[in-house]
Parts: sequence; C-alpha cells; structure tokens
Amino acid sequence: MALPEILTGMKVVIRNVFRKKDTVSYPEVRRQPFPRFRGRHVLDRHEDGLEKCIGCELCAGVCPADAILVVGAENTPEARFSPGERYAQIYQINYLRCIFCGLCVEACPTEALLMSTEYEISGISRDGLIFTKDQLIVDAPIERHWKTKKVVEPGSRLEGVTGGPQNRADSKKKVIEP
Amino acid sequence: MGGVSDALGANFVTAQLDKVVNWARRSSVFPMSFGLACCAIEMMATTMPRHDLARFGMEAFRASPRQADLMIVAGRVSQKMAPILRQIYDQMTEPKWVISMGACASTSGVFNNYALVQGVDQIVPVDVYVPGCPPRPEMLIDGIMVLHERIMRGEYDAGRNTDDVWVPSPYADQAEGTVHA
Repeated sequence: MALPEILTGMKVVIRNVFRKKDTVSYPEVRRQPFPRFRGRHVLDRHEDGLEKCIGCELCAGVCPADAILVVGAENTPEARFSPGERYAQIYQINYLRCIFCGLCVEACPTEALLMSTEYEISGISRDGLIFTKDQLIVDAPIERHWKTKKVVEPGSRLEGVTGGPQNRADSKKKVIEP
Repeated sequence: MGGVSDALGANFVTAQLDKVVNWARRSSVFPMSFGLACCAIEMMATTMPRHDLARFGMEAFRASPRQADLMIVAGRVSQKMAPILRQIYDQMTEPKWVISMGACASTSGVFNNYALVQGVDQIVPVDVYVPGCPPRPEMLIDGIMVLHERIMRGEYDAGRNTDDVWVPSPYADQAEGTVHA
C-alpha cells in the first residue's frame, strides 16, 4: 500500500547518493572569494616605499560604526613617512565594530586603504581584534586587479567623446532652457 | 586546567584522561539556537549542506539550554533581551562556551545607542569573538575552530577568570564601555 510512496522517497535519496557532494570541507578546502569581496583592510604603499595614507581621517569620519581611529602627525625632513605634509601616526581599525561596508575605501583620497579578501580574523579578546597600523600596512605596493582609468578603444562609439562631468553639466543645461 | 585533574588532582593519569575528555567535548559541541537577528541567517547557512556543521558534530541546534553547551549569540542583544540571555546562559549545563557572532553581539557595531547592550560580554563571558556584519559561514567556522583549540586546551572557564578580562586600551574613549568578567 505504502510501497509507491516509499519508492518515491527513496528515489530522491538514491539520486542524491550519486550526485556530486555539495559540501566544501572548509578548514582544509578554502573557496577563493570574489576579487571584490570586502574582507580585512590593508594599507597600501607607494613604489618608493612611502605610505599612501596621509592621515586625513576621512575614513574615520565616514565610518558608520566608529571603528577607525586615525591620529595624524606632521612629516619632517628627518622622519618622512608619506609624500604629503602629514602621515598617520596611529591607525587602528576595530574589527569588532567594523561592518565591512567599504565606505572608508571609497572615502580614501589616495587609495591608501583597500580591502583584501582575507576573512579569517576570529579572536579571543576584544583587544586582539583592534588591528594597528603594523598589522594593516603592507610591505610592497599592492597590484590592482582593476583598471583605474577607462581606456577607449579605437573604433568604439565612445571614441572622440570628451566625457566627464563637464559634458553631463552641459546636457543638463539643455534640458533646463527649452 | 581540565575538569578531571581539577577534581582528582593532577598526575599523569588524569592529565591523559583530560585530553580524552577535551577531545570528546570538542567533537560534539551542541549549540543553543540563539539567533537574534540577521547573523542567525548565516548561522543557519553554516548548518546547511554547503558548510555542514555536522562535520564537527555540531549539527543539532538545541532548543533547550539544558541540552546545549555552546551559545552562539548571533545578532544584536537588546536591553530587554539581556536578562533572558543571561538566564538561558545560566540554565546551560557546565562546561559551556559562548561565541559572540558578528559586530552587533561583540560591540553592538553601528548601533551605538541606549536600546542595545554594547557587547554581549557585558552580560556573559565570551570565549570567541567573530567579526563581520554578518560573518560569512566560513568566518563562523573559523571562530568555531578557535573555540575547538580552546576546548582542547581545557579552557572551558577562561572567560570567567578575572585576569582574562578585557583591559581598556589607551584610546578607551574611542572604544567601548566597561566589560565585566
């Protein structure tokens, strides 16, 4: 009587026995996140070894969770850390506050702050998850996987267009005065 | 360190027995289902086939605190929920551990206001903090791995030692409020 139902159920079981296993054995096998995955931050350097961060505190200002602390200081000829006038003397990110929204990266005027794809940052104390500048900064400049400038290929419909905000402002004006 | 050598005195038999006990405890941690907000969705995703917490003997999320020994606080803890959370923690059987999952449970994250407890470690001792908003399942499993290491070392009451209390940094005005053991 119940045999057809049992067979219908077992059909699903048997089908899944021969299917490819869906489980990723995480600590042994690690899936590579997408390149734009927002993980732990890194502070970039210039080619000549100077820090890109100029201590402007824009990242700290824009952070919705108040996770970033920047204390800037003046560069001197004897102790030069960044190309400009100022550098970040103290740079801390509290990863227990950080919500990985990436607003700090967008705010950074020198592209000094970037987000890596590293996400294994569990800790056993609150103090240990406040990352300091030594932990965030990299030794060598980071190679970007994206293009910072758009290249217009010859023959494309964008050729000859002097784009940018100027053009957009003009087109807006046209709409306003009929 | 562990339970056996504390009860019977430390010698070479109890020390070896401790290792076995800790291994057994690590291999079948029963979590409490304590999902409070969006982190709970990621906690559920961790038990799903793709990440499969059953590999660590943790697939049974217990609805009763009497049957659980790990509380994964997943989400923001409101002031109203705080006494309930503490009561459920007290009802859990020893030894017990707490994972603070996500920014809200750890420090309240973006919600720096009077409605939320500014970090669940103000009401219960936390063994592992998992950052993220919400943490992806791998991040939670990474936190569970850290917890497994602690269990293997027999640190099941580490959070309750007064020397293990979080000490405010020199920039305490930028950081969170006081933390109790």
